[in-house]
Parts: sequence; structure tokens; C-alpha cells
Amino acid sequence: MPKAKPKAAACELKLSPRKYWWLEVWVYGAVVLLGLVLCWLIGDILWRGLPQWSWAFFSTGPVDAGLGGGVAPILISSIAILLVTLVVSVPVALLTAIALTQATGRGRGGAFVVRRFVEVLAGVPSIVFGLFGNALFCVYLGWGYSILSGGLTMACMVLPLLIRTSEVAIRSVPIHYRQAAAALGLGPASTLFRVVLPAAMPSLMAGLVLSVGRALSETAALIFTSGYVTRMPESVWDSGRSLSVHVYDLAMNVAGGTSRSYASAAVLVGLILFINLVSRWMFFSTAHTRVPEVRLD
Amino acid sequence: MTRLDRLVCGISYGSAILSASIVVLVLGFLIQESYPALAGVPAHRFVTDPGWYPKSDQYSMLPMIVATLVTSLGALVVATPLGLATAVYLRFYARGKLARFFQAMVELLGGVPSVVFGLWGMATLTPLIARLGGSGQNLLTATLILALMILPTIALTSFAAIVAVPHSQLQAAAALGLRRPAIIWRIVLPWASPGILTGMVLGLCRALGETMAVVMLAGNVVKIPDSLLSPGRTLTANIALELGYASRDHRSLLFVSGLLVLVVVTILVLLPNLWQRVRYAES
Repeated sequence: MPKAKPKAAACELKLSPRKYWWLEVWVYGAVVLLGLVLCWLIGDILWRGLPQWSWAFFSTGPVDAGLGGGVAPILISSIAILLVTLVVSVPVALLTAIALTQATGRGRGGAFVVRRFVEVLAGVPSIVFGLFGNALFCVYLGWGYSILSGGLTMACMVLPLLIRTSEVAIRSVPIHYRQAAAALGLGPASTLFRVVLPAAMPSLMAGLVLSVGRALSETAALIFTSGYVTRMPESVWDSGRSLSVHVYDLAMNVAGGTSRSYASAAVLVGLILFINLVSRWMFFSTAHTRVPEVRLD
Repeated sequence: MTRLDRLVCGISYGSAILSASIVVLVLGFLIQESYPALAGVPAHRFVTDPGWYPKSDQYSMLPMIVATLVTSLGALVVATPLGLATAVYLRFYARGKLARFFQAMVELLGGVPSVVFGLWGMATLTPLIARLGGSGQNLLTATLILALMILPTIALTSFAAIVAVPHSQLQAAAALGLRRPAIIWRIVLPWASPGILTGMVLGLCRALGETMAVVMLAGNVVKIPDSLLSPGRTLTANIALELGYASRDHRSLLFVSGLLVLVVVTILVLLPNLWQRVRYAES
């Protein structure tokens, strides 16, 4: 902490206590502004979207490019893409997190490198994942626009988030759990599967739920990998339009589709709200240290 | 070590290598696909050609580079003061339930899909901006929505940095008679500045790579913008708009622009490691 010198603080004593009053104006002003904008955003989406929901909306397919009808095939495609994503990314991420937390000795250097690579992967923009998925899965492997291509692209994309949350979850298991297991004569693998992973399960699930949210809200990586066909998909080799792509297509490419687009956007926002609540509840239900509050006045 | 132990160890190390190799794969495929354009077109033509008409051999990406920089840096300028204020509020002003609720709201904002931001911007912000002139779909609209999108990143990273300020520093400052705003401005923010800078860099990365909201709001005209109220098209938006119908050379050009964004973002992501390490060395 090179800059916080006591000299500066000593000068402060001679000044009036009203010094830096503008900071409070700035903080409160920004917070009120942000709160209003947030309420406006969520309120607007739900206000214009929810009244368009009906049983028919969730049970029929779109007609007239989405101006009429519902979103049933789109929901099915979204779920299929999500399942492909999770089936591939969850085992890989969990095992990577295990390797990162178990690494000792020379393995630490390797873990450092893997972490940096995963960090870079986390920063890769979604449209670049779209380009990559299109080049690898759709063209190079010849799978075309399909749910499988989209799901695998998405798996690469949520991998960093899953690895990071899993690693934190495994690390947060108290060391004496491992010590007790070792004292009882359990080997590394049994300790992991019988003691550490069950203890970390709620936080692992919270990470999983966050990744579901990330995958659901993605658009740019899916347009050119899973495509935008609105038919009901019959297998993972079919193209399928995800909910977020549907929102985009209706708002941008269909004349007069903006208001209709709100109905699907409300589904997305509703899911994200639900996911946030669930992950929050899971995370805080575990023994978890919260940041202690400080009072400065 | 039993056989099971060795098996688990082997599989998990294999997975770790697989995870690390994905980013190499991404880079490899982007380079491979952009190779025809990189080899066929001299690099300076990407900025000196008169315009972007890939079908008639004019490959200037300059208008799109300018639009990308204007919207991303603009979003950073708007979002940083707001995000920092949010972090300070969460740490030093909000109490109990209100603090947790507000934090939850900021995290929720971070999870809102970019198409939803785009849709909301189209329906509500665009008509308001249109009163200033033009159609309302311009760089200013895109910048404002981008700022809202990167605000949670900046706020939550700064919050983590502010939480990490040692309690003894705060106590010492309070013992000297400093009031809350003075402690925040003179002690907390300087102490947390590397973390805040990290948050700004991560926010900038998100803004540079953002596609959907910009496609929906920026107007998508390829020309060098003369004001914030003129429409523009960013590099990422260009990929989303043209990849669908691009054929061989054109497709390769789009991969070049993707590669450009990827390289810039990768350098930015790795930057914070640099000053974080310098700081540790100092203390």
C-alpha cells in the first residue's frame, strides 16, 4: 500500500469534517440512478411480456416467423442445447478442478499454466466462440447447423466458469475433513469421492446453476452453430433455435416483431431471476463466511 | 496409491490438459480460417482501403475498429464512476438486508442476457435518443447500454478489492479523526486501485467482445463516425451480420476481424497479472 501515507491523513485533521462531501453525493446519486434503471429494465420486460403468456404460447409452435403462435419447439431446442452443454462440460470441469486442487510439487507449475489458459478462455468473446464452433463443428467435422454443434460450442464457453466455481467449492471444504479421512486410512480417491465432493456439493451445484444461466442467455455463439430453424428438433443433428436467438430474430429481422419479442424475453428474464434465487439459496445454505460489515461513522 | 487413485489422478490430469488446450484450439482454428485473407491481402490494406466492400476487393476495417473503440471506451468512461460508487455503497453505506438485496440486484444485472438489453434499448432508449437527432440507433445508444452491461463486472471486482483493504488501515484512519468520505477517498480507493483497474480491464474486455446488444442498437452503417449520434458498426457486429452469407474470401476476412478481437482481449485479460505481481513484489 504505497499511496496511503500517514502524512496525508495527518493533514486531514486540520480540515473541516465536511471535506469530501461530494463523495457521498456521488455514491448515493449513482446508486439511486442504478436502482431506477434496473427497476425500469426488469419492470419493462415483465410488464410488456407477461400479459402475452398463455397456455397456447408454451404449447404451440411459432407461425408467421413468430408473430403468432408460441415457442414450444424453441423451448425444446433450448433445453436440448443446454443438456448437450452440461453433459460435456460438467465432467470435464469437475475433473479439471480436482486436478487443480490436488496438484502438489511439480504439478503446481502445471496448475498455474492451466489456470492462465482457462482465464484467457473466460475472456474470449462469445462471437469468437461462434466463429470457432462454426469452423470446427459445422464445417470441419461436417455436422452443419445442429444442436450438437451449438451445445459443444457452448460447453467450451461455460467451461471456465464451471472450473472456477468447482475449484472454489472444493477448496472451501475445511482441511480437517481431509485430515480426518487420512487418519481413518482412506486413500486419496476415496477421500475425494466419500468426503470432499459430498461436502462441496451445495457450492458445486450453485456453480452449475450459474453456468445454466450463462448458457441460457447466450446468443452470439449459437446463431452460427445451432442455427435458427424454428421446427421441432427430432435429434441432436437437427438445427434448433434457442430462446435468446428467437428474441433477437423477432426484434431485428421481423417487421413489427418487437412487442412479440417481449413475450420470449420475459421467459428468459424469468428463468434468469429463478436461477439467481436458486444459486443464492444453495450458496448461502452451506457453511459460508460472509464479509463482516464495517461501520466508519 | 491404489489403482483407483492412479486412475482418478490420470483422468483428472487429462481433463485439465483438455481444458487448457481448448483455448489453443480456438486460436488455431481462427488462424487457420483467416490464413487465406492474411496471406492474400497486405496487412496495411485492412486500414488504408477506401471502404469495406469485400466483394469488390476493398477490405478497410478502419470504420469498424473506430466504432468498436468509441463504444467500448465510452462505455468504460460511463460505467466506471457508477460501478465504483456501487462498490463503495455496498461496502460502507448499505446495511444488512438492504446491502444484500442491492448486491443481489447488481449480480442479477450481470446475468441479464445481452439480447434482453438490446431489446429493451430498442424499445425504450432508442425513441429517447432519437429526440437528439437521427434515428436513435447510433453509437451513443450502444455506448449507454454497453455501460449498463459492464457495470456489474466493474462494481463486483472493485467490491472484492475494497473488501480486501486491511481493517487496521480503516481503524488507523478513523483513530486520526477522518470521516467516512475522507477515509474512502484517501485510504480505501488508493489501496484498492489495482483491483479497481482489474475490474475496468475486465469490463473493457466484455464491452469489446459484446455483439448482440450492439447489433441491435448501433445502426450498423459502415462508415467512420463523425459524432456520437452517427450510426456505426463494430467488428463483432460485422461478424454477426455477415457470417451467415459470407463465402470463401469474405468468410476468411471475418475470421481476421475475429482474430483481431481475440488477440486484443487476450492481451487485456493477461495484463492485470502484471500489475498484481508488481504490487506483491513491493509489499
